[in-house]
Amino acid sequence: MNIGLNLVAVKTIIRKEVIRVLRIWVQTIVPPAITMTLYFIIFGNLIGRRIGSMDGFDYMQYIAPGLIMMSVITNSYGNVVSSFFGAKFGRHVEEMLVSPMSNASIIIGHVAGGVLRGLLVGLLVTVVALFFTRLELAHPLIMISVVLLSSVVFSLAGFINAVFARKFDDISIVPTFVLTPLTYLGGVFYSISMLPEFWQNVSKANPILYMVNAFRYGILGVSDIDITYAYAILLLFVMVLFSSCMLLMHRGVGIRE
Amino acid sequence: MVTIRDQMNALTIRNLRKTYDNGNQALKGIDLNVKDGDFYALLGPNGAGKTTAIGIVSSLVNKTGGEVEIFGHSIDTDLEAAKSCLGLVPQEININLWDTVGNIVSNQAGYYGIGRKLARERVEKYLRALRLWDRRNDISRSLSGGMKRRLMIARALVHEPRLLILDEPSAGVDIEIRRSMWEYLREINAAGTTIILTTHYLEEAESLCRHIGIIDGGRIIEDTKMSTVLRKLQREVLILSLARDLVEVPKLDGFEARLRDDCELEVEKGPDRSINELFEQLNARGIEVVSLRNKANRLEELFMRLVENKHSDGDAA
Repeated sequence: MNIGLNLVAVKTIIRKEVIRVLRIWVQTIVPPAITMTLYFIIFGNLIGRRIGSMDGFDYMQYIAPGLIMMSVITNSYGNVVSSFFGAKFGRHVEEMLVSPMSNASIIIGHVAGGVLRGLLVGLLVTVVALFFTRLELAHPLIMISVVLLSSVVFSLAGFINAVFARKFDDISIVPTFVLTPLTYLGGVFYSISMLPEFWQNVSKANPILYMVNAFRYGILGVSDIDITYAYAILLLFVMVLFSSCMLLMHRGVGIRE
Repeated sequence: MVTIRDQMNALTIRNLRKTYDNGNQALKGIDLNVKDGDFYALLGPNGAGKTTAIGIVSSLVNKTGGEVEIFGHSIDTDLEAAKSCLGLVPQEININLWDTVGNIVSNQAGYYGIGRKLARERVEKYLRALRLWDRRNDISRSLSGGMKRRLMIARALVHEPRLLILDEPSAGVDIEIRRSMWEYLREINAAGTTIILTTHYLEEAESLCRHIGIIDGGRIIEDTKMSTVLRKLQREVLILSLARDLVEVPKLDGFEARLRDDCELEVEKGPDRSINELFEQLNARGIEVVSLRNKANRLEELFMRLVENKHSDGDAA
């Protein structure tokens, strides 16, 4: 494989993705900032005052890491699924398919685009959060590594969704019926210690719970789960999803006849 | 003067087969050799397998069997090198309609590993050549159909491929732009780029190409020099505009004639008769001809004949 060629190709995809995100900033950056501001006002400020403290933090502080992670997850996923499906739908994915860049470069370029948008929105939501509460970094390296890995996982998942999608409806099914429920039930707004034991165990089958809690551990230093499991799950997902993407691209599923 | 370099094939296809999931056997084992430097026309009716063959060569369609080599690089074992040699202008518009003209071409350069500085130079070179430089900052959606086609050609050329494949590049392009596009294709062919062209404008193939392949029903039914193909024509229909109206059809020995209207005569001539003989007979009858033209595109006529012959052979078998 020509490494120099592939590096230039990956950089080209990333540049293209960044330009796309910034060109349609009203669709890509503003909505999550507004949504999260509303969450902070309604759940954090108005309702949160009546809830009191959770794991030793006021409610606003407690939910802030989860809301940041939620915005990173949904935007990483949404960026890749909409960009790659759009390229499929408009057939300009063929520009990449006829070129000598490797399948891995096509995947990495799009995943990097998803990660950058996820982190950009996550940063913006963090800034919004700082208007409402105080955040300290208990474990900065854990926070950064978890947010990066989570963003990679959902970018890869978005890529797979885009590969299989045949129409625009197909790219909203997973976010609506899978991603949103799992995120809301992933301990963003509550600690699973509040749940009965049965539901605590059910919650542990939700991978987003591990990401949210590991991220919260990185910021606040508290978590419902052992963060070693979180890293194991994140790394496992990265490997499985990346391998799946490679296999799908190699077989040409959804992109080659 | 263009030379076809004998020592190497730009494209080699051996026993290429494609059966789609729905059972449609689009290619039934085609063999094709296109020499380095050639300008090759691939013709065939709709559904003949042209686009499938091009799709396989450019890695957009998975083959069922057979081998493809681009400048000796197999798409099975040396895909990266094979792709680097190839530029594709597909039949369908496949540009990002929300991106700018300049970005589309420079991104394509990036996909081929061309750095930003060189990419910028190439973008200017090819957008100027295809008369799109003034539109470089415009969203591609705002371009006309002909401009979009030219943009796809610029995009396919930005990495300066040795083999350029154009799948019906003139579709939807007006005559003036089509002619200038032909001129440009002749130039890049003369500069050394091998070109394969599929087209429904048979005049285009006749005007541009030195070799021709005709594909029908997933098989190559003709693969030869353009001049050889044209010599195979047996009959030609001429339309003569006359200086004075005729009342009845003149009897011409060895020719079949009929009146299209009072001042236009349609004459069919066989290969054993010359136009001189025709004019001698017309002169003898005092019929003055103002102008002369072919009724049908000769290549089109031949194409139809080859396809019909093939079908009747198949029926007989």
